[in-house]
Amino acid sequence: MKLNSKIPEGKLEEKWRNYQVKSQLINPANKKKLNIIVVGSGLSGAGAASTLAELGYDVQCFCYQDSARRAHSVAAQGGINAAKNYQHDGDSVYRMFYDTLKGGDFRSREANTYRLAELSAPLIDHFVQQGVPFAREYGGTLVNRSFGGVQVQRTFYARGQTGQQLLLAAYSQLYKMVRAKKVAMFPRSEMLDLVVIDGKAKGIIVRDLVTGKLKRFAADAVVLATGGYSRVFRLSTLAIGCNGSALWKAHKKGALFGAPSFTQIHPTALPQSSEAQSKLTLMSESLRNDGRIWVPTKKADSRKANDIPEQERDYYLERRYPSFGNLAPRDIASRAAKERIDAGFGVGRLKNAVYLDFKHPIQTFGLETVKDRYGNLFKMYKKITGIDAYKEPMQISPAAHFSMGGLWVDYELMTTIPGLYAIGECNFSDHGANRLGANSLLQASIDGYFILPNTINNYLASEIKTDHPTTDHPEFDKAEKETKAYIDKVLAINGTKTVDHFHRELGKVMWQECAMSRNKLGLEKAIFQIKRIKNQFWKEVKVTGDDKEMNTELEKALRVADFIELGILMCTDALEREESCGAHFREEFQTKEGEAVRIDEEYSYVSAWEYDKGDFKLHKEALKFEFVKPSVRSYK
Amino acid sequence: MKITFKIWRQNSPKHKGAIKNYEVEGLTEDMSFLEALDHLNELLVLKNEKVIAFEYDCREGICGQCGVFINGRAHGPHDNITTCQLHMRSFNDGDTIVVEPWRATSFPIIKDLVVDRSAFDRIIEQGAYISSKTGTAPEANAIPVPKAISDRAMDAAACIGCGACVATCKNASAALFTSAKINHLNSLPQGKAEEHKRVAEMTYQMEAEGFGNCTFTGACEVECPESISIINIAEMNARRIKSNLLGS
Repeated sequence: MKLNSKIPEGKLEEKWRNYQVKSQLINPANKKKLNIIVVGSGLSGAGAASTLAELGYDVQCFCYQDSARRAHSVAAQGGINAAKNYQHDGDSVYRMFYDTLKGGDFRSREANTYRLAELSAPLIDHFVQQGVPFAREYGGTLVNRSFGGVQVQRTFYARGQTGQQLLLAAYSQLYKMVRAKKVAMFPRSEMLDLVVIDGKAKGIIVRDLVTGKLKRFAADAVVLATGGYSRVFRLSTLAIGCNGSALWKAHKKGALFGAPSFTQIHPTALPQSSEAQSKLTLMSESLRNDGRIWVPTKKADSRKANDIPEQERDYYLERRYPSFGNLAPRDIASRAAKERIDAGFGVGRLKNAVYLDFKHPIQTFGLETVKDRYGNLFKMYKKITGIDAYKEPMQISPAAHFSMGGLWVDYELMTTIPGLYAIGECNFSDHGANRLGANSLLQASIDGYFILPNTINNYLASEIKTDHPTTDHPEFDKAEKETKAYIDKVLAINGTKTVDHFHRELGKVMWQECAMSRNKLGLEKAIFQIKRIKNQFWKEVKVTGDDKEMNTELEKALRVADFIELGILMCTDALEREESCGAHFREEFQTKEGEAVRIDEEYSYVSAWEYDKGDFKLHKEALKFEFVKPSVRSYK
Repeated sequence: MKITFKIWRQNSPKHKGAIKNYEVEGLTEDMSFLEALDHLNELLVLKNEKVIAFEYDCREGICGQCGVFINGRAHGPHDNITTCQLHMRSFNDGDTIVVEPWRATSFPIIKDLVVDRSAFDRIIEQGAYISSKTGTAPEANAIPVPKAISDRAMDAAACIGCGACVATCKNASAALFTSAKINHLNSLPQGKAEEHKRVAEMTYQMEAEGFGNCTFTGACEVECPESISIINIAEMNARRIKSNLLGS
C-alpha cells in the first residue's frame, strides 16, 4: 500500500489556500441529497456535525452518553491556543507552528501543523461569537496565559473549565441544527462496526444502549470523532466510557493505524490511592504557570511538606531545564517526575507523587489573585483529597492522558478507507510524538469546524454520481450478523472473572511497559502477557444479563476486548521504533544525562499499521521537512 | 468498611421497582462512592446477578452524567458536589446508605438508577444558542465585553446539566437549569439579538416538558455542583416579563 498524504503544492503559508482553490465544490441543491454519519459528539464531532448541517448536508450524529453535552472534551481544563498575538509578545502563526512541530519532536507533517496554527485565530473569533465566556481584562479584551512548552502567552481560557465551555458551545450549535431538522441526534448509541461497500465506507452498525437492539445506518460518508483511547491503561484521566472500539473496528476493516503507541502521560494528575480506583483526576497544567514542582532532597523524607526548609527542596524541573523550568513540555515533566519517584524521592502515602507548591505565588501576588486564577482547581483538589492546597502543597503524579496516535489520515483527514474520515483526538495528525498543552481543544475544533467541512466535498463531489447506499445491502446483513455473533460469544463464555479484572490486568502491563519509558525486553514481555490476557478473557470472562436490555457490563466487556487487541498493537509499535522521540522514550536510546536520543536518519516517518488477520504489517510515511530543519529538542 | 446499601432496582420503565438490600464488605475510605458501587457490581457478577445500572462518565465532576439520591439528598450528604466527587470517608463503618434515582416526572426511569434527562436537551434546542454559522464571526476583540459581565456569564454558563436542581426541588422545577443558560447567553453582547425570543421559547419548552413552577425555596442552589445562584431565576423572570412586553 502506498500512502499518499496529499500535501498541496506551494509555500507553507499558501498550502491550505491552494488546496481550497483546487478542491471540488458541491452545489447547495445537491448537498441536501447527501448524508453523513458522525460518530461522537465531542468538540470535533459536534463541530463537524453542526457545520456540515449548516452547509446543507443531512447529518446523523451518535454518542454513547445520555446527551451530546457529556463528551469528554468537557473535561479539558486549561485552555486553547491561538496565534492572535494579543499580548504583543512576538507570537505569530509561524512561531506557533514551530513550537507545535518541535513540541511533537518532529514526528508530524509540516503542512498539517502549519494549518493548525493558521486556523487558530479565526477559531477564537468563532467561539467568542458562539458565546463562550473567555476570561477578559477589565477593559473588555481577551486575556491570555502561557502553557507548557512555549514562551509566549497564546492560551485563551474560561476559568478552569475551557473544555466545558467550548463543548457546550458546540453542543448548542449542534442542537440548533437538530431543531432545524438537519441533524438527527442518537444518544445512548454505540457504533459496533463499520460497513464497507466496494471498498468505501458506507455505514455503521449501532447498538441502542437502552434496548440492546442492533441498528443499521447507511451514509455517503462516515466521520469518526471518537476521541482518545488511553483507557487502554485503565487508570487514566479519561472518562470511564472513553474507548477505542470504533477505531479498532475501522482498523480491522482496513483503516491503517498511525503511531498507536504515542501516548501522552500528563505530569499533573492526582496520584493513585488504591487498587479499586477507577480513574485519575487531572489537575490542569495551567497550575504549572505559577506553581513550583519539587521533591525533598532527602530520600523517603517523612516530614510534612511545610516542615521541609527551602534549602532541602529540589525544584528539579528548574534545576534540569533552567530556561523553561516548571513550564517544560508534558513528556519531559512526566519523565522527570518518574525519575525522582523511582529514585526514592517520591512523596505522599504511597511515595508515588511530587509536590506542586503555591507558597511563592501566594506570597508574590496575594491569595486573591491565585484564587481568581485557579480557584476552581483548588476547590476540586479539596473535594477529592480533603486537603487545602492554599495551606500546603498539592501532591501530583503522572497519568495517561492523550493519544497522539490514532487512525492514519491524509491532509484531507481521510483514512485509508475512502469515505471514512477521522477527526479530533482519534486521528494521528498534528501533534507528532507529543502534544503541547492547549493544542488538544484546538485540533479537535479545527478538524471539526474548519477542515473537514472543506475537504469532505472533494470526496462527495464524485459520490453524488453513485447510488445512495441502502441498509438492505448484503454487506449490512453480514456486518450485523457478525456483530450479533460476537456479542453472543461474549455472553456465552460465562466464566469466573469480571470484565474489570481483565481491564486491571491489561492496564498494569501497559502502564509498566508501554507508558513513560519503554525497552525491548519489556515490550516483548508485554506482548506475550497481553496475548495471554486475551486468551483468558475469551475463556474466563463473566458477563451477566443479556443483550436485549440496558447492560452496562456487556458494554464494558466489548470495549475491553478491543482494548486488549489495541494494547498488542501499541506494544508492537513501541517495539519497532528504536529511538526516543517525544512521549516515546526507549531506555536504550538516551544520553548520559537521561535525555532522549532521536534518530532522524532511520525513524523520520509515521508508522502506519495494517491489520492482517491478527497480525500487523508496517507501512511508512516518510516525513519530509522542506521548511524547517529538525533540531535537537532542548528545553534547557 | 462494611456498608449496607439499600438500592432501587427496576428492570425497565414497564417493570415495578423495589428497594433491595446489599451488604458490602472490604470498602475503604479512599474509594469514591461510585467506586464502591463498581465494587458491589463486581460482586454481583460473581454471584451471577445482573449489575446495578447507574450513570457516570468523567468521574471528575464536570460531565454531569452521574447523579443519584443518597440518603434522601441529591448527590449525597455534602452541598454543591457531584455524586462522583463523594468519597466513602463521608460515611462510617456499619452505615446503611439508601440509593435512589432522580425523582421527577420529567425524568422517567430507564433502569435501576438511570433516568432519562433528554428534556434538558429539548430545552437547549429551543434557543440556547447564538444563530451564527461557522465562518461568519467578526474579530474576537472587536466587541469588548467588560470583565464583570463576562464573569457573570461564566458563573451561569458553568452549569453541568446534572439535574440535581430538578431532583431536589419539591416542585421538580427546572428553573435553575433554564435560567442559567438564558442568563449566560442574554448577558453577552453576542446573545442580545435573540434575547427575547430565547427567553420566550426556552421557558415555553421548560413548561411543556412538565417541570413544575419555581416557588423559590432555594433547595436547588444547595445541591448545584457549580453553586449556581437562585438569583438567576429571579433574573430569568425579569427577562421574561421584559420579553413579553418588548419581544416580537
